[in-house]
Amino acid sequence: MAKVTFNEERCKGCEICVSVCPKQIIHMADRFNSKGYRPAEVIEQDKCIGCAFCARMCPDVVIEVYK
Amino acid sequence: MKQVFGYPESLQTRPNHYCPGCTHGIIHRLVAEAIDELQVREKAIAVAPVGCAVLAYNYFNCDAQQAAHGRAPAVATGIKRALPDRIVFTYQGDGDLASIGMAEIVHAANRGENITVIFVNNAIYGMTGGQMAPTTLPGQKTTTSPYGRDTATTGYPIQVCEMLSTLKAPAFIARVSVHDPKNVLKAKEAIKKAFEYQVNGKGFTLVEVLSTCPTNWGMTPVEALKWLENNMIPAFPLGTFRSLEEVSK
Amino acid sequence: MAERIMMKGNEAFAEGAIKAGCHFFFGYPITPQNEIPEYMSRRMPEVGGTFIQAESEVSAINMVYGAGGAGARAMTSSSSPGVSLKQEGISYIAAAEVPCVIVNVARGGPGLGGLTPSQADYFQAVKGGGHGDYHMVVFAPASVQEIIDLMYEAFVTADKYRTPVMVLADGLLGQMMEPVVLRDWEDLQIPEKPWATTGMVSGKPQSVINSLGLAPEELENLNLRLQKKYRTIEENGVRYEEDGVEDAELIIVAYGTSARVSKSAIAKARAEGKKVGLFRPITLWPFPSKRLAELAEAGKRFMAVEMSAGQMIEDVKLAVNGKTEVEFYGRYNGAIPSVTEVYQAIIKSFDNREVQK
Ligand SMILES: Cc1ncc(C[n+]2csc(CCOP(=O)(O)OP(=O)(O)O)c2C)c(N)n1
Ligand code: SF4
Repeated sequence: MAKVTFNEERCKGCEICVSVCPKQIIHMADRFNSKGYRPAEVIEQDKCIGCAFCARMCPDVVIEVYK
Repeated sequence: MKQVFGYPESLQTRPNHYCPGCTHGIIHRLVAEAIDELQVREKAIAVAPVGCAVLAYNYFNCDAQQAAHGRAPAVATGIKRALPDRIVFTYQGDGDLASIGMAEIVHAANRGENITVIFVNNAIYGMTGGQMAPTTLPGQKTTTSPYGRDTATTGYPIQVCEMLSTLKAPAFIARVSVHDPKNVLKAKEAIKKAFEYQVNGKGFTLVEVLSTCPTNWGMTPVEALKWLENNMIPAFPLGTFRSLEEVSK
Repeated sequence: MAERIMMKGNEAFAEGAIKAGCHFFFGYPITPQNEIPEYMSRRMPEVGGTFIQAESEVSAINMVYGAGGAGARAMTSSSSPGVSLKQEGISYIAAAEVPCVIVNVARGGPGLGGLTPSQADYFQAVKGGGHGDYHMVVFAPASVQEIIDLMYEAFVTADKYRTPVMVLADGLLGQMMEPVVLRDWEDLQIPEKPWATTGMVSGKPQSVINSLGLAPEELENLNLRLQKKYRTIEENGVRYEEDGVEDAELIIVAYGTSARVSKSAIAKARAEGKKVGLFRPITLWPFPSKRLAELAEAGKRFMAVEMSAGQMIEDVKLAVNGKTEVEFYGRYNGAIPSVTEVYQAIIKSFDNREVQK
C-alpha cells in the first residue's frame, strides 16, 4: 500500500512526473490551479507502488509519498 | 502509513520562480535534503549567484549572501575564513562560474577553500534569455549563436570538472545529472558527499549538475530531459573526477 | 604610554587596521602599496587573523564582502588601477550595507599610468566610481600618524553606518617614514551585528546580504534608506582642519600630500605678509561644504591645490556657489607640486588682485 499526495497549488504543470511514473497513473487534471496551470493528479491511487520517482523528479516539491 | 518523501526543512515553503519543468528546482531540493540529512542547516550559509538562481536566498532556509556575477567563490572564501565552523556553499550557473567567474572558481579550488560549490550546467544563459554559454554544445543554437555554436570562432564547451581536476588541492569533484530518477539519486549522493567533506574539513568540493532550460532550449520539460541525456552527457561525461578517499586508498 | 616609533605610511595602514580590530585582509599586489599586503602577510598570522593574496582585485573586494557580511572587520588595499577593478564590489557592498574598509594609495593615471603619487582618483572615490546612487565615506590622511588614527575611525564609521569606507592617500604618504604613537584603542569593541550571516543558530532569523531589488518599490526603498543614511553622515561625519583662515584673504584648500606642501608654501607667503590660510578636508565625502560656504560668505577667496587636473575644486566651487573666486593650482602628470610652485601661485594670486584693484 502506498499513497502520493499532490499540493496542487504548487504545481506548474510541467508533466515530468507523468513521464516518469512506472505505473502511468499520473495525469494532468482538466482544471486549472490559481496560477493558471493544469495540475498533475493521480487517478488510480491503489496502483501506486510508492517508488517516489514522481516526487524525486518534481522541480517544485509538489508531491509527498507515503508507504 | 509513513511519509517516505516530503518537504525538506532546509527549503523555504515559498514556491520557486523557476520556469515549469526547470531542473533548478530539483537541484535546490537535493541541496536542501543533503543539508537536512547532515543536520547542518543552522550552520549553513549560501552564496547566491547572478543567474536564474539569483533569488536562491528566498528558497534555501539558511543565511545567505547574494554575490556579483561570477564572484560567489570569492564571497564564500571571505565568509568561510571569517566563520570556519560554518557550512558555506555557492550555487552557480555556467555563465556565472565558467565564464565571468572563471578566475574566482579556479583560485578558490586551487586554495582548497573548504567550501562546497554546486555548479548548475544548463549549457545556456537562462536568465538573460538564452545566449551562448561557455558550456554550449558545438552546433547548439542560442540567441547569440543563431547559426549554431561555431567551434572555429567560439571554441568548445568548457569541461569544468576535468579542468579543475588538474589542480592538486580540490578534495571532491563530481559531475552528475538530474534527467531521470536514478540519476537524481546519484546526484543527491554526490551533493551530500561534498557537504560531508566540508563538514569534515577536507577542503574544496564541487558538484557539477547537468540541468535543463526548457524555456530557452525551446522544448517541453520532458523533451529537455531527453535532450540532456542524449546530447549533454556525451559532451560532459558523468562521474567522480576527484575524491580524496579514493586518492588516499 | 605608548612609545614613539618610526613607521612607513603603508605599514601604518596595515598596523592601524590591526589595532582597529581588523583581522581579515584580502589584497592583490600593486605598486606603490605593496608594503601593505606584505606587512599583513607577516602580521595576520601573529594576531590569529587571515591574509589572502587574492587572484585579482575583483576577488579581493568580494572576499571583503563575504567576510564583512559574516560580521568581521575586513579590508582590502590597492592602488588606482586595482581600485578601478574593485568598483563593482564596492557598489554591491554599499547597496548591501556591508561595513568594510578600502585603502587606495593612489598613483598617476589614467590607464596603467605611472608609479608616482597622484590625487586623480578623487572623483572615483567621492562621486561613486561604481554604478548606482551610492557614496562611501572617504578619509584623506596627511601624515603617518593620521593614517593610523583614521584607519581606526574608518572601521568605526564603517560599522556605525554599515557602509564601505575608503582611506585615500597617495604614493608619497605610503612611502613616507614618520614617528608615530601606536595606541591600543581603549574603546575598541566591535558592535553586535545581528544582520550578519552567521548562521540561523539557536533560532536566529534568516539574514540575507543582498543588493537585488526586483520590485521597483523595493529598490526605491533601499535607495531612500541609503540617502537618509548619507544625509545623517553628512550631518555628523564631516572632518576638516583649518590653519590661519580667520584673517586670511585667500584660503588654500588641499588634502593629503598637497596640504603638506601647501602648508610650507603658506608659511613662506605669510612671512611676507600675505594673508593666506589653509583649509584641509579630512573627509572628502562628506565634503566640508557648509564650513567653506561660511568662509565664502565672509568674503574669503579660495585656491584648490591638487595633484590632479582639478577634481576637488568642483566640490569647492559647489560649496562657494559663486560667492567668491576659486582658483586652481595643480600638477597632474603624477608629479608633486613643489613648495616654491605653490608659493608662486599664491603670490601670483595676490598680484593679480592688486592689478584688478
Ligand atoms: C557583471 C554582469 N554582467 C552581466 C550580467 C547579466 N547576466 C545576468 S545572469 C547572466 C547569465 C546567467 O547564466 P548562467 O550563469 O548560466 O545561469 P542560468 O541563468 O542559466 O541559471 C548574465 C550574463 C550581470 N548581471 N552582471
Ligand atoms: S530560464 Fe531556463 S534555467 Fe532559468 S528558470 Fe527558466 S528554464 Fe530554468
